[in-house]
Amino acid sequence: MEITQQDVEKVAQLARLAVTAVEKETFAKQLTQILTHVDTLKQYDTTGIEPTATVTGQVNVFREDLKRLSLPVEKALANAPERESDGFVVPKIIEER
Amino acid sequence: MSLQKLGLVELHKKFTAGEVTATEIVRAYFLRISQVESKVKAFVTQTEEAAYQQAECLDQKLKVWRKTHPLTGMPLAVKDNICTEGVPTTCSSRMLQNFAPPYDATVVSRLRSQEYILVGKTNLDEFAMGSSTENSAFGPSRNPWNLHCVPGGSSGGSAAAVAAEECVAALGSDTGGSIRQPAAFCGVVGVKPTYGRVSRYGLVAFASSLDQIGPITRNVPDAAFLLQAIAGHDPMDSTSVDRPVPDYMKALQKRDLKNVRVGVPVEFFTEGLDPEVEQAVRPAIGELKQLGAEIKEIRLPRTDAAVAVYYVIATAEASSNLARFDGVRFGFRAKETKDLLELYMKTRQEGFGPEVKRRIMLGTYVLSAGYYDAYYGKAQAVRTLVCQDFDAAFKDVDLIVTPATPTPAFKLGEKSEDPLQMYLSDIFTISVNLAGLPAIALPCGFSGAGLPIGLQLIGRAFEEDLMLRAAHAYEQSTAWHRQKPNLR
Repeated sequence: MEITQQDVEKVAQLARLAVTAVEKETFAKQLTQILTHVDTLKQYDTTGIEPTATVTGQVNVFREDLKRLSLPVEKALANAPERESDGFVVPKIIEER
Repeated sequence: MSLQKLGLVELHKKFTAGEVTATEIVRAYFLRISQVESKVKAFVTQTEEAAYQQAECLDQKLKVWRKTHPLTGMPLAVKDNICTEGVPTTCSSRMLQNFAPPYDATVVSRLRSQEYILVGKTNLDEFAMGSSTENSAFGPSRNPWNLHCVPGGSSGGSAAAVAAEECVAALGSDTGGSIRQPAAFCGVVGVKPTYGRVSRYGLVAFASSLDQIGPITRNVPDAAFLLQAIAGHDPMDSTSVDRPVPDYMKALQKRDLKNVRVGVPVEFFTEGLDPEVEQAVRPAIGELKQLGAEIKEIRLPRTDAAVAVYYVIATAEASSNLARFDGVRFGFRAKETKDLLELYMKTRQEGFGPEVKRRIMLGTYVLSAGYYDAYYGKAQAVRTLVCQDFDAAFKDVDLIVTPATPTPAFKLGEKSEDPLQMYLSDIFTISVNLAGLPAIALPCGFSGAGLPIGLQLIGRAFEEDLMLRAAHAYEQSTAWHRQKPNLR
């Protein structure tokens, strides 16, 4: 599988990751190399084989829906890069008309 | 004899008997750290002041009533991707450089309830992605046996700290070999428990279907002792399994391996294996036979697929897990961004290092529309085949023995420019994570250049007891674990 710099750009956008021109070139080369190795999986016949997402066989572990203590506001905000009163500050999301 | 020469079980006995105080222990270890840490660079954060305070507190309390837990007063190090309340947990990333978690990981609260003493947080490859600690944003740790060599990774700081006697034992995490490979490279013991045996709550997630926390120690009894303290069900981790935890120390009492069938997979002894490693592992298998085990040749035909499967599944899960680092609620935030999208994109560009970015890119790619079935779906299906290989093998044998790594520790910089070569160095440990099985790495010899070589024993799911018993029987009949690096 050949990964182009355009592919890298598209994937970087999906991953919300800004990349430099140098990174685009490097990632294109390295991802091509790694995916070429991954392509060796094609030799294994997996017709009718169920995919494995997890190995314990557990599904839908439920607990009682009870009220319990959660992280206090001060603790939750202690690592905030920027805060105002009881909230996180972020750039304006809704655009003006 | 200096205190830091004692292993965990021995130190616990001495402390419980009142022959040594917690303050003496802490003093001995921080003296040792002051002597060797500038060479080894095992720690991201040292918690000296808190350790002394806690030790004094313990000594005062124990004067009145000498009641101790198994880990009371024991100086442990914790890998820096395991949350410790109020103590920085950086994942060796710029992204979390100033992050102090508001809560403890479950393993840490268990240690805390036993009054352990935290010595410090150990270095790792950024977000546990790597095999050498060279991907740490704060610089690599060194192998105590040869400071020009890597300690392995990603739990390289923990393994190096144990080998250099900077802590009595440590916790690591293992997603594709990140406990066992550094343990093998540093000549210490490392256990990756069965998936679900130990709670992952508070372990900063890399690949959630593969990650497990486990002990890194100087010998097998120490590993059993520490595993006992952290194993068991946790309601905060819905993937942890509600099954009784056996008495691991009791399991060690049986010293022979009669009626134990041990499989040797032919696929692990091929051209990629360094002859020096094979020359150490073959006699170790002979030793297991001497101890009464029945040795059988087995096949794990899909071994070759493991690395490719792993680098699809682990990166896919990582790309999703690391989406939370967006600069909004905690961690690093890029300055002067004009809108929310730019805040995300620049924060992640400036906060993550090259290997983390590479894996996020790869994981995003294999999950993206049009490639999902061809890569992610295919890898999940081949993962089933890898599991089936182990299931079939464990019908005929009780344990599997392999080399832990294809080569001894490599030199710093030797593989850092070639990601695929670095990935392939995990070839013997990765399939164990895909199948969720328990495995242990322990010393079985040295290379001509004096670097440790590790043996790996793989058990059936939740049969850590038999695995530890066999490892202990082997350890008792050899002296490899008693050799120490010369760090002057």
